[in-house]
Amino acid sequence: MSSAALYGYCGAILVGLGLYGVIARPEILRKILAFNVLGTGVFLLFGVFARRGAEAGLRADPVPQALVITGIVVAFSATALAVALLIRLNKDTGELVIASDDSAESGKQRVRQ
Amino acid sequence: MRLVLDIITVVLVSAGGFFFLAGTIGLLRFPDTLTRLHALTKVDNLGLGLIVFGLLPQVESRLDALKLTTIWLLVQMSGAIVSQLIAQATRRSGRQT
Amino acid sequence: MTLAFACEIVLAGLLLAIATWTITARTAFAAIAVFMVYGLLLSIVWVTLSSVDVALTEAAIGGGVTSMVLLGAASALRGSKGAVASLSLPFKITAGMLCALVAAALATVVFFLPDVAPTLAPVAKENLAASALGNPVAAVLFVFRALDTLLEKVVLLLALVGVWSLSSDRAWGGVPELRLYKSPSPILVFLAQILPPIGIIVGIYMFWAGASQPGGAFQGGTVLAAMWLLTMMARLQDVPSTNAPWLRLLLVVGPMAFLAAGLAGFYFADSFLAYPASIAKPLIIVVEATLTVSIGVTLALLVAGPPEKVPQQ
Repeated sequence: MSSAALYGYCGAILVGLGLYGVIARPEILRKILAFNVLGTGVFLLFGVFARRGAEAGLRADPVPQALVITGIVVAFSATALAVALLIRLNKDTGELVIASDDSAESGKQRVRQ
Repeated sequence: MRLVLDIITVVLVSAGGFFFLAGTIGLLRFPDTLTRLHALTKVDNLGLGLIVFGLLPQVESRLDALKLTTIWLLVQMSGAIVSQLIAQATRRSGRQT
Repeated sequence: MTLAFACEIVLAGLLLAIATWTITARTAFAAIAVFMVYGLLLSIVWVTLSSVDVALTEAAIGGGVTSMVLLGAASALRGSKGAVASLSLPFKITAGMLCALVAAALATVVFFLPDVAPTLAPVAKENLAASALGNPVAAVLFVFRALDTLLEKVVLLLALVGVWSLSSDRAWGGVPELRLYKSPSPILVFLAQILPPIGIIVGIYMFWAGASQPGGAFQGGTVLAAMWLLTMMARLQDVPSTNAPWLRLLLVVGPMAFLAAGLAGFYFADSFLAYPASIAKPLIIVVEATLTVSIGVTLALLVAGPPEKVPQQ
């Protein structure tokens, strides 16, 4: 097993871990954290492809590296927007989770302007 | 000459690694925040300093040596200031762990 | 089994353990603190994969600014009394099995990767001389796939507009509520006086060196954003009002310069975002400089959050 393949398996497990966190943690902040772990797992897989593409005197293929840099910045933008939405949701309704449809009908939301 | 430099590097980096280990054991085993902060300062100052000094014989230009030393000084400064801030916050909040 | 490979196995194991700790930590604060460690460990992994530009970006943005935003959220939500019902065990087991399936599928893909990897490295290397840059990743970002970078910068701006639009109507154009101490500790003020001059030089150096060595506009811009946030947190500078003209100008000067260079490509070269060969490198450096400033301001404002205080008329 080469070192690139080792990190490939690592990235695959990270994707699984992050996906489990997004599904199984009810609090939105933990879902955002798990989404970031999921994203970094995917980027690690890209890094494996970059490392395996080492040729022509370069230690790693530059095109997947550029894609990962773009991905990291976009993931941060999404995280910042999601966090702002979460804080606003908490300010308006006092909840830390997104209520499912049936409990929303029971009038638990107090929307303050 | 090359061999002497390599031996210096191995000895100093190993000593730095030992201080890292000691500081981490302190972080995990000490009972409260203030003593843990005290253990971590050993890591910042001595551990990183020994590693940087151990890497200095291996650099190719004086500018790289300057960059390594600057990194060590910046880590020391930020470590010291953050330790003070954490200690102040701990005392203000009254909790000890 | 060489020593280097044994170290890499330990590193990968540590990474997985830290990721599991982030997902399963009991309090949000512990999860975010461990996530910071995760980001820094991951940047070491990137260096091991010979992708130093990505390592810098991951340490700065992935481990640094993301953790700042999440910490701000955790402290804003700390006093909330919302009830959280945890999910049932069969649901968790099913979810766990499905996620294990996804992970296994990806691992199978990694296992069956072709022996000869397809790569664009030779193509990038031979076109590198035409772009007059020394760093192949910078060449890909700003010359070969410049459209992606332009759109990425616009995504950052759109996220900022989205965050600003979450303020109430009266507070639109006001001052963001960056959570500050009432009176910052003198030590924090000391740090905010000593560190920013050094940090600004480091940020500019990272951008300037990015043309020929690992670095670039995003990494340098993040360091500049961090220095500005530090001075704002120590109350050495006020958080600016979001309808200040100079602020909005700084936000858009980067993408506008990039877009202008791209449109000028219609006249002076072949197509959109094509650079004329004679002035390619100076043009890229100028566009990158404005982009660094814009990225710094945008990232700092994304951390600061939506405007809260009503603007003074």
